[in-house]
Parts: sequence; structure tokens; C-alpha cells
Amino acid sequence: MTTRVGVVIFPGSNRDIDAFNGLRVAGAEPVELWHEQVSLDGVDAVLIPGGFAYGDYLRAGVIARFSPVMRSVAAFADDGGLVLGICNGFQVLTEAHLLPGALLRNRGLRFVGRQVAITPERLDTPFTRRIDERRPLRMPVAHGEGCYFADEASLDALERDGQVLFRYAGGSNPNGSLRDIAGVLNARGNVAGLMPHPETAVEAVLGSDDGLGIIRSFVESAAERATSGEPVVVGAR
Amino acid sequence: MDVRFAVNVAPKEGILDPQGRAVEGSLGHLGIEGVSAVRVGRRIELTVSADDGGAARAIVDRLASELLSNPLIESYQVEELDAASSLVGGAA
Repeated sequence: MTTRVGVVIFPGSNRDIDAFNGLRVAGAEPVELWHEQVSLDGVDAVLIPGGFAYGDYLRAGVIARFSPVMRSVAAFADDGGLVLGICNGFQVLTEAHLLPGALLRNRGLRFVGRQVAITPERLDTPFTRRIDERRPLRMPVAHGEGCYFADEASLDALERDGQVLFRYAGGSNPNGSLRDIAGVLNARGNVAGLMPHPETAVEAVLGSDDGLGIIRSFVESAAERATSGEPVVVGAR
Repeated sequence: MDVRFAVNVAPKEGILDPQGRAVEGSLGHLGIEGVSAVRVGRRIELTVSADDGGAARAIVDRLASELLSNPLIESYQVEELDAASSLVGGAA
């Protein structure tokens, strides 16, 4: 049976079609989840795509947090369901307290849209298990508020517990993120977010297919959970 | 009763405030000296209908901490307003 992955669509989401494409390339069936719906339609995992949910008014991601669909996504995550937030989706997940930290205005003040490289810190998570080796992966960023922030003690704890999932590689940190953090994992290991766009780097014709390993890992882990009914939990390293 | 409040939100001490820095950077172009520590926040004014002032205050506090500010990176202060202290008018 094809793995069904819900893609949450808010007013202002604009990477939903890229997410659909990335999921299809990875062999999954994308399912639209409109922001006003409560039911997650029985999906096996949830992807929150990029964009400017609700115009990013007040703070990026905060209004989205209180939408009906996000309450269901929070319950899904509590139950061990896999949730991946990309770009604005990452911002939504931090505002919803499903992921630690916050994303501030880029240090250079400018919106940045360019290719970067990120290195996975772990290859044993539901989001990275199909990546062959720890080498820099090329994919684009496109954001104005991607500067990852947490206080020093929290950053130390994230590093200690293996919750730093991706770092900008080779001086390509585009936004001033502390400790070059590009993506993080929750403590339980079933919710992840990153600022760069793996879903748009899934075919060579798009400039890079380095993102496919991430989307494939996510889809495969979702399929496994659907089959076994067990929550995917990797826990602290 | 209706009570009008302002919620003032600002980046916490130690949190990078690129907007504040940009404003500060522009001061030289205005020929202004002696201004420092610029922090840019936001102010939200709203009217709360509740049984009494305490209940209204509890509502606005919840709103301020859960929605209007992110406690990880921002602090907020709540002010009760009258016609004179509201920037936009409409004080209860």
C-alpha cells in the first residue's frame, strides 16, 4: 500500500506543490490537509511545507499554531506520529512548541534565496536513515527568518542529546543561526524541522537531488510505522 | 465591563535585534549622535470584555504570553489604558 503523507496547507503556504512533488518522487502519495480541517484523514505522516502561513503576521508561524489542523498535528506527534517541518513549517513547529528554539530575523536582515550545503549530524533518525554518509547535501534556502536561536544552556543540551539534526556546512550559514544549526529534532525523535528545502532538491533537473535522502527516509519511516503500528522513536543518543 | 489594554512586546536582553541594529545604523545619516541600544518591538492595543478588571487582566495576560509574544525570545508588559494613553483612541 502506498504511504500517505499529509501536506498541511495554510493560507500563504507556497511550497505545498514542491512538497507534493518531492513526496511523489520518494514514492509516497501526498494528501492535502486544509488548515481548517480537524481530521488528518488517516495519513501515515505529516509534512508542513514552506510559505508564509497567515502572512507570517505577528511572528512567523504563530497564527498557524492555533489552527484546527495544528491541534490535530500536535496530538498526532504526541502519539509518536512523524512530522517534518520545512522552512515556514519549521517555524510553525517551534511556535507550536513541538520543536525547541526559535527562528529569528536573518542576521544580515535580508531575505536569502540561494543554494547552501547542510551536513546531517545523525544518520540513525527517521529523517536521515536513507542518507548514505555524512557529507554536505546541496539544497536551496529561501527565507527571511531562519536564524536559529536557543539560549546557551539549551544549545548545549540539544548537542548533548543528539537533537541537532543538520548544520550548515563549509561556511554556508546564510542567516546567522547559532552553532550553524539548520535543523533540529525533538527529544523523542519523531518531529524534525529544517530551514533548507530538501523537497525541492529531489531531481538532478532541479539543480540537486541531495534532498531526496531526507524525503525518502521520512517516507520509509512513515511506511514502517503504518505497518507495525509502533511509534517511531529513536530517543536521545 | 470593557477594559482597554496595550501589550508592549520587545526582544529580550541579549537577543539579537537586527531591526534595532538597522535603525541604529541609520542614525548617522540623520546627523544624530548619542543614541544607542535601540530595540524594536511592537505594541498591540485591544479591548477585553469581562466581569471585572481582574478577569480582563487574566485574559490579556494569557493572550500576551501565548500568542502576542514568544517567551523564549521576547518580554511583554501590559498597560491598562484610558482615552489619554491609547495611541489609537477607542479606550473603554
